[in-house]
Amino acid sequence: MMDRIPALEAVHLTKAYDAVRAVDDLSFDVKEGEIFGLLGPNGAGKSTTVKIAITLLCPSAGRAMIFGVDVVEHADRVRQMIGYVPQERAIDRFLTGREHLQLLGALYHLSREEAERRIRELLKLLDLEHKADIPAKNYSGGMKRKLDLACGLIPNPKVLFMDEPTLGLDVQSRLRIWDYVRRLRERGITVVMTTNYLDEADQLCDRLAIIDGGRLKALGSPLELKAGLGGDSISVTVGPPEPSRIEALAEALRAVPVIRSVSPRPDGVDLRVDAPEKAVPAVLETATRLSCRVEFIEYHRPRLDDVFVAYTGHVFRDEFPKSESNE
Amino acid sequence: MNSEYFQEIGALSMRWVRRLSREKFSMIFTLVQPMLFWLIFFGNLFQRAADVQVMQAPSYISFLTAGVVVMTVLNNGLAGGVDLLFDKENGFLERLMSTPIRRSSVILSRFLFVMTITSLQVLVILGVAAAFGVHPATGWLGIITILLIGMLFGVGLTSISMALAFSVKSHGDFFSMLGFLSLPMIFLSSALVPLEAMPGWMSALAQLNPMTWVINAIRPLLLANWTEAIPRIGMVLLVLAAFDAVCLYGGVRAFRRALG
Repeated sequence: MMDRIPALEAVHLTKAYDAVRAVDDLSFDVKEGEIFGLLGPNGAGKSTTVKIAITLLCPSAGRAMIFGVDVVEHADRVRQMIGYVPQERAIDRFLTGREHLQLLGALYHLSREEAERRIRELLKLLDLEHKADIPAKNYSGGMKRKLDLACGLIPNPKVLFMDEPTLGLDVQSRLRIWDYVRRLRERGITVVMTTNYLDEADQLCDRLAIIDGGRLKALGSPLELKAGLGGDSISVTVGPPEPSRIEALAEALRAVPVIRSVSPRPDGVDLRVDAPEKAVPAVLETATRLSCRVEFIEYHRPRLDDVFVAYTGHVFRDEFPKSESNE
Repeated sequence: MNSEYFQEIGALSMRWVRRLSREKFSMIFTLVQPMLFWLIFFGNLFQRAADVQVMQAPSYISFLTAGVVVMTVLNNGLAGGVDLLFDKENGFLERLMSTPIRRSSVILSRFLFVMTITSLQVLVILGVAAAFGVHPATGWLGIITILLIGMLFGVGLTSISMALAFSVKSHGDFFSMLGFLSLPMIFLSSALVPLEAMPGWMSALAQLNPMTWVINAIRPLLLANWTEAIPRIGMVLLVLAAFDAVCLYGGVRAFRRALG
């Protein structure tokens, strides 16, 4: 593959507030045309990273470039290339949907005809036509989010930044937003989004950067990240738990070829395996042979939660999301 | 280049007008401002209690008119940043700032809007004052001068309001600081009572209040003649040049700090 200019390139990006480093030496590339997710708990530095990329904050060190254009030195050129969907419902409740889009069209210096053309198209794309001329205070949460998205798309951006695009939405609206985002990718728009939701990162994003405490912890596609953990996991609980028996079982399982790793627990063993369909029978057979009574056996494919735990060393804090501090 | 600038300011100003027009209730209250009630009720209430000799005006209402005009400018100016405060709090400002506009467009559109609304209100107040027999002594040219002085004062006040809007942590803080500013500004000025009739310490404080100078320039335009007005206008221009410079500097600094 050719070495293309990345849609977004962060190089040792750092943002420090007094003693706190909200973003700490982040380096990553976003490829043109992909959906790239910044995944992390609240306060991880995702929003700050986005705000630097869209020229709203200046980095304390390092640099960020959109298609090779520096966001600090050429902020105005960068602003021409990007669209932004903020975290909050940044909607003026007194304006209608159409008026929002007209306002933004003018701020991107579109001619009246061009603005009207894009507004018609976006209202259609996002199924907002029937409510386009009523004030936004009468919109549902999902509709406000769609209007947010339409506002971000008015400039016909090369890169669309979305901060928590489905925060607080009901399941249906979430799926619809995902669908729109995938359609944007089909049109060749690069999407950079932050998310708090593991399933969103897993199902929607082509590649992910896992961020925690302002630092990059892992980078790759959801599949790669999960595979990187070393296979599917099987957890066996034996009863009654006798240390000598568990030790013997662990020892015997280490010899099974499809089992990659074995870690004993007080009441059983945890395994990483390549081919679960072969591993599970082998485990049961071995246990029977050693006359270990298997009380419970659990198999699961690695989830992004496991990836998160593996790279950050702590459980994904899924507390109710509050807006990240921008101070 | 310049046409883009106009397009930005035009679209942003249009937004303020649309917002106002959607809030019918608030629009009525904005145009028929409580200030008007100061004029009608306060003016008539004190008609006989106030000493015309002390006021040096034909009636208390005629004395009060200049004060009410400037109070309108004061209140509108100090409230001028409120909408930006809400924009800051709900993220709309970030949305605006992520577009390729000149950073000053947002602020200029706000100035433009506040000045226009204020001027309209001042005209309404002068109209009501005329109904009570107060006719501007210097005619239309005097009225235009009043509006211009009002705008000059308004620029500084709106800057204070925006500076507050960009620096406060919550809108509760914003409104309590406004409340804290606005009443003393009115009582420690020549809006309701001439300086000569005040207790010494109050009149001393009132002389430090730019609002006093503004009122003292507008009052002769309404009640006396150009000869008396011109030196005071000269004086107020100096005062306002300094006042606006300080306020604008603070406003721009707060804006830069808030938005990088």
